[in-house]
Amino acid sequence: MSRATIAPERESREVAAGQAGPAKRTRLPGDGLAGYLFLSPWIIGIVLLTLGPMVTSLYLSFTDYDLFNSPNWVGLENYQRMFTDARWLRSVQVTALYVLLAVPIKLAAALGVAILLNGKRAGQGFYRAAFYGPSLIGGSVGVAIVWKMMFSDDSVVDQLLLRVGVDTGGWAGNPDFSLMMLVLLATWQLGAPMVIFLAGLKQVPRELYEAAEVDGAGRARRFWSITLPMISPVLFFNLLLETINAFQVFTSAYVVGGPNGQPAGSTLFYTIYLFDRGFGDYRMGYASAMAWMLLLGVGLVTVFLFRTARGWVFYSGDSGDRK
Amino acid sequence: MKRVIWHVGALALLAVVLYPIVWVAAATFKPSEAIVGSLRLLPTEPTFANYERVFEGVVGIGVGRFFWNSAVLAVLSVVGTVASSALAAYAFARLRFRGRTVLFSVMIGTLLLPFHVLIIPQYVVFQNLDLVDTYVPLLAGKFLASEAFFVFLIVQFIRQLPRELDESAKIDGANHWSVFWHVILPLCRPALITTAIFTFIWSWNDFFGPLIYLSTPDKYPLPLALQLFIDESTGSDFGALMAMSMLALVPVILFFLFFQRFLVEGVSTSGLKG
Repeated sequence: MSRATIAPERESREVAAGQAGPAKRTRLPGDGLAGYLFLSPWIIGIVLLTLGPMVTSLYLSFTDYDLFNSPNWVGLENYQRMFTDARWLRSVQVTALYVLLAVPIKLAAALGVAILLNGKRAGQGFYRAAFYGPSLIGGSVGVAIVWKMMFSDDSVVDQLLLRVGVDTGGWAGNPDFSLMMLVLLATWQLGAPMVIFLAGLKQVPRELYEAAEVDGAGRARRFWSITLPMISPVLFFNLLLETINAFQVFTSAYVVGGPNGQPAGSTLFYTIYLFDRGFGDYRMGYASAMAWMLLLGVGLVTVFLFRTARGWVFYSGDSGDRK
Repeated sequence: MKRVIWHVGALALLAVVLYPIVWVAAATFKPSEAIVGSLRLLPTEPTFANYERVFEGVVGIGVGRFFWNSAVLAVLSVVGTVASSALAAYAFARLRFRGRTVLFSVMIGTLLLPFHVLIIPQYVVFQNLDLVDTYVPLLAGKFLASEAFFVFLIVQFIRQLPRELDESAKIDGANHWSVFWHVILPLCRPALITTAIFTFIWSWNDFFGPLIYLSTPDKYPLPLALQLFIDESTGSDFGALMAMSMLALVPVILFFLFFQRFLVEGVSTSGLKG
């Protein structure tokens, strides 16, 4: 397999290359029209379903709009109100806590499994597929229902914990544990980052490990000094993707906690509150403002990650050419 | 010896990971009162009562109806997404036209855009067009290549096909359409299959779209029907709830078993979310 994982900057390099290099060679008369024709469904989609709605949403965020009366310009009121809205603050807190817990735990687990499965062993394909399985069904309502049931009072997990002397009263009904239950559900779906980690691990040259072993480096030392730096681009890619995804959890949280983030607001995710404001109370203006704050939040976190990445993501000079 | 230890370790970990699935599967054959509170995995007296209750349906609608709705949505989503994404991908990967680079960057940008920014105005638009409570809002985006992941996936795939192929076809007088149809499409079948499977599964599992757009129960796909079922039974009929959750998962699990190679490779190529 020569197809490698696509790290963001490799993409931008390809975009640049596509523009400069072979362009002249294949330029044909008529490419222009054909290009727009082939692209027309996408162009219609981007205008009608993305760019148009973005502009509308920005406008609505400065209005009060209830879907039935025409929107009223209220300026920054929606944005100002958020900071005094206890439920909004709660949703920010819940979401931030979730991102901070779920992302590192899931990535660590995914990397652990990837390292375990790296290398040539009988049944590798089987294990890879089996660990990936939960990722496909993890986002479904059925699994969220099952999860809630497994973690409710007196059910499987609770009973097991009681045996070792821990009484949580069931995670689903306990505000101190309900979020952790969703973190575990996210971790359980470690398949996607795991597969990407595996692709990254395959690119690490074996000679590095051999040389380090000759120098007497132990297992932990080799992990810190070789594996981690060598897979840092993949780690960064996973970190970015998982963070963005974690900001947007909805289905599992809704099934577990309903539109009010039960129990006691402990699962009142940002997206749940946004949904409740928009489609529960028909406060479309406020919900739009919330959506833009989310975009701003995700944007800031992304920029922050890219900034810090300079310090810890390493691109070895020849990695692009290695097959 | 080391190999044995490795396999034992990996299998033990796998057992933990797969436990919830096995647990549900087993629970569907237990009477409701034996599901909660019992640590026993296998049913002592297997029963089909749960499945029988599921087939009686919810709010007077048979479960077959919900399956049919999910299937219609999923199949149309697959057709729309594969067709529109392949067209766009061919344009991005092979054709030179003004603004291509900018448009490509816009496409990549939409990968990172939280869809929450779009749902409210999209809802307003579909409401004004009187299309709420139809499948149009759920399908429109699929036919308009709005899932950038797939466009990107296919672009990446087309890029690694040798250009000589299309160039020689062009020298033989083929136009863009026949290059696309006879040369590129057959060659990027793996990428198209990956796109099709993921689209099917995502559509099958989609909860949010149907939740905001559909209001008539007999149009509900399975995820909404499941939610309806919880509300109806006030969460007491665990057995039937489990059985219905399991039934909803069956197509996804089958797809996975048949196509896991494409799925796993698709993820490592494009970073697709499961």
